[in-house]
Amino acid sequence: MEVNGEIYRVAGPVVTVTGIKPRMYDVVKVGHEGLMGEVIKIQGAKATVQVYEDTSGIKPGEPVVNTGMPLSVELGPGLLESIYDGIQRPLQVLQEKMGNFIERGVTANGLDRERTWEFKPTVSNGDAVEGGSVIGVVQETANIEHKIMLPPTVSGTVKEIKSGSFRVDETVCVLADGTELPMMQKWPVRGPRPVAKKLMPTKPLITGQRILDGMFPVAKGGTAAIPGPFGSGKTVTQQQLAKWSDTDIVVYIGCGERGNEMAEVLNEFPELEDPKTGRPLMERTVLIANTSNMPVAAREASVYTGITIAEYYRDMGYDVSLMADSSSRWAEAMREISSRLEEMPGEEGYPAYLSARLSEFYERAGSVNSLAGLDGSITVIGAVSPPGGDFSEPVTQNTLRIVKVFWALDAKLSQRRHFPSINWLTSYSLYTQGLADWFSENVAPDWTDLRDNAMDLLQQESELQEIVQLVGSDALPEDQQLTLEIARMVREYFLQQNAFHPVDTYCPFEKQYKLLKSITKYGEMATAALESGVPMNKIITIESKDELAKVKYEEDFDAALDVVMAKMDEEFAQLGGN
Amino acid sequence: MTKEYKTIVEVSGPLIFLDKTEPVGYGELVQINLPDGTTKRGQVLDTSADMVVVQVFEGTVGLNEESGVVFSGETIKLPVSKDMLGRILSGAGEPLDGGPRIVPDERVDVNGAAMNPYSRMPPEDFIQTGISTIDGTNSLVRGQKLPIFSGAGLPHNEIALQIARQAKVPGSDEDFAVVFAAMGITNEEAQYFMEDFEKTGALERAVVFLNLADDPAVERIITPRMALTAAEYLAYEHDMHVLVILTDITNYCEALRQMGAAREEVPGRRGYPGYMYTDLASLYERAGVIKGLKGSVTQFSILTMPGDDITHPIPDLSGYITEGQIVVSRELHRKGIYPPINVLPSLSRLMNSGIGDGKTRDDHKAVSDQMYAAYAEGRDLRGLVAIVGKEALSERDRKILEFADLFEDRFVRQSRDEDRTIDDTLRVAWEILSELPEAQLTRIDNKYIEKYHPAHQKTSE
Repeated sequence: MEVNGEIYRVAGPVVTVTGIKPRMYDVVKVGHEGLMGEVIKIQGAKATVQVYEDTSGIKPGEPVVNTGMPLSVELGPGLLESIYDGIQRPLQVLQEKMGNFIERGVTANGLDRERTWEFKPTVSNGDAVEGGSVIGVVQETANIEHKIMLPPTVSGTVKEIKSGSFRVDETVCVLADGTELPMMQKWPVRGPRPVAKKLMPTKPLITGQRILDGMFPVAKGGTAAIPGPFGSGKTVTQQQLAKWSDTDIVVYIGCGERGNEMAEVLNEFPELEDPKTGRPLMERTVLIANTSNMPVAAREASVYTGITIAEYYRDMGYDVSLMADSSSRWAEAMREISSRLEEMPGEEGYPAYLSARLSEFYERAGSVNSLAGLDGSITVIGAVSPPGGDFSEPVTQNTLRIVKVFWALDAKLSQRRHFPSINWLTSYSLYTQGLADWFSENVAPDWTDLRDNAMDLLQQESELQEIVQLVGSDALPEDQQLTLEIARMVREYFLQQNAFHPVDTYCPFEKQYKLLKSITKYGEMATAALESGVPMNKIITIESKDELAKVKYEEDFDAALDVVMAKMDEEFAQLGGN
Repeated sequence: MTKEYKTIVEVSGPLIFLDKTEPVGYGELVQINLPDGTTKRGQVLDTSADMVVVQVFEGTVGLNEESGVVFSGETIKLPVSKDMLGRILSGAGEPLDGGPRIVPDERVDVNGAAMNPYSRMPPEDFIQTGISTIDGTNSLVRGQKLPIFSGAGLPHNEIALQIARQAKVPGSDEDFAVVFAAMGITNEEAQYFMEDFEKTGALERAVVFLNLADDPAVERIITPRMALTAAEYLAYEHDMHVLVILTDITNYCEALRQMGAAREEVPGRRGYPGYMYTDLASLYERAGVIKGLKGSVTQFSILTMPGDDITHPIPDLSGYITEGQIVVSRELHRKGIYPPINVLPSLSRLMNSGIGDGKTRDDHKAVSDQMYAAYAEGRDLRGLVAIVGKEALSERDRKILEFADLFEDRFVRQSRDEDRTIDDTLRVAWEILSELPEAQLTRIDNKYIEKYHPAHQKTSE
């Protein structure tokens, strides 16, 4: 039901309109060019609209149309491999329509209306179906079977079900009450899609990044935050996660970030292979790119667009990971809009509802049993960009109150080219206990011990470093010097990982285990040798120790490691310690 | 059409408020005719059926209720043409060099439009600046935005000029231009730039926009937009590779804050407007390369950090938008080292895509990482030496300490007209790295050590 009104006032992206009988969050088309906007405030006859596009040249008195619908995304086959802006307009279509620069007033459907999909029904005439039930499947990409589900609000008895090739907006199913259902459905982005039950997360998200999997794991269905000052490697970490996480679907939201970096993602993803399936990574990915110079209101919406798409795939029973880079830009978009509305500011000018919005968003993550009875999950990993690297600022603090895993990036480490520059002393994961069983069953029974032992070494190192700062390392007793040396090996051989090295960029769990085990073994042998009187400088200068540093780069890791470890045994035997 | 309104009801700082107008577009350009015959220009900030707010560029001195206001019906546009090369224009785009007005090929909206990320080409053409600390450890690529974070009294202008003189893509001789925008810098500084441009003949290939310290602050808000519009025009319409130098971003942000205060907006951190991130992004993001087009826009802005504080909102927000930063260090400057670039807090995010085999050299990244790691450790050891003395250091640590000195003295230091090729830079790097024991070079693959390490070179010859 469309209602026409007119513009009263224009001040940047905030436009006041009259005569549209608004409901909150209705989508409206503003001005002669039909710029898209959303009602965010109603005051008497006037409604305040945040417009997703540039408003230069728009005049009071121009027409406004209320579509009567909240901001929604189109859900159906064709989402995968797509690249959208913050309000689900495919960037490729925008380029075809208006060239290399994004002009305003252009609409584009989220799903391609021309393309046809092979629909195979999984229900028959007369079957009773409820909201969220699967009525058929479409092979969306080589490895992803897209389940066509009833919209959560619809239920009834199947009167007619079709089979064959259809476009997303063609009817494939008719219910007894006459409801015609196409493959595509719409869902308003600002509210979560319903589920049958929320479950406890029990499996880790395997990322192939040693410090993440090994030290601070996140569970599938969990939430994690990566805060860090600029230049500390947030984006690289996020991209590594998007590339290597062992989830079925990846939704990557570039929210208010750099255009050139987005271009790199857009160029690189189609060429990368999924380590599990060998297919292009793009086939399991949905990219949302709303760069920092694209309209601020669309940036605010981009996070919701992303998580709604993630929920849709979760409902099909898939494990989804969602990367939001960066949630701080999203919070700033809220702040900017709030300040244009002249709302009373909270901490540092952010709106008072910042905390509520952040927790609502992260709460949409989780491991669930969907309405169709399938188990799926969404893991949300949010980058946070604290001003000046100060973690006490509101976005970081409000995020930390919600998320269970904290990967603290450290500028000092990145300056030393220690990558990923995640600080092992300040980071934490609240999932380590819950996942301990999984690790001992699937990795190795002694994995948790190895990990705790390594963490303990690093902790000891930081305490010893304080003494070294005062008196120099030569003043320490030899056993403590050895501790420092082994801790250094843990840092450099295990924690450091080169995202740009073809082999080292992804490290399977088995390799992580062997690597840490080897370092621990060196530690044990070295300690024993020292106790039996072998001089310290001989122990730390054995060749195999330096060679251990480089095995992680070897293509045939197992063979290389065997050679190094055999040599290590030999060298220790020669030292005569054992 | 050109109706003149005499309905000013309020003048407050750089803003004027009018009532009873026809519908006026947001962002429209406005001309204000003062009773004494002078004219000023402004832009619509807020428009409604009852009230229009105009921001006046040249300041509101002499304005009164008698003044007339004419709305142009269009947003601010810059007349562009290839003839702009070699011209000096004011911060608002008017000729300052006594030459004729620009005969426009086109008139382009200065706000530009956001480049579709899908149309962007990831930047990957290495630009050789001839400065080792940039080429070797923080490489610049075409289409990047890499600002210099500096402080008052540091030689950032010299560095910027040296880069403007020396920057080239090795092995190519494509059309090249410089767009220079001065925002609130002193006349003396502007002269310094102009003289250098004239001396080196660079002016012929340059478009200069000058908004000096005594020009109206409000005009500063459009100056960089004018410059970037000219740059985009030259790059995408005339296939030129454009290097944009914006100086000084800090003055721009001050002007932004001044405007925010005049509009009685809710201030953000340190009084800067809450939308400063978005506003800066709308400048910085106008760098890049477009698929299928030959030209490119590369930004090299200068930003003086108030109190040398990198966490100040201006460098902080900039750092989150730009693809890295080159940090000029007061400590190195005091030691008499030019260019005093501290590589540790410096960063080029696009370095990895611009270097390596086929672009610079296969060992480039490993060498750079190794130098970073060793230099960082060496700097830490300096702090330790101050407490315990050199004698307490282990042999290994002493070598690292010496490396840090060598790095500053041989790698960082170079003369103001020394144009090092990338091969020269890497040669110096290997020379100083070879002072470290080979086992310490853990960041470098053995194959590169065998190929490039000076010790191995001798044995193989």
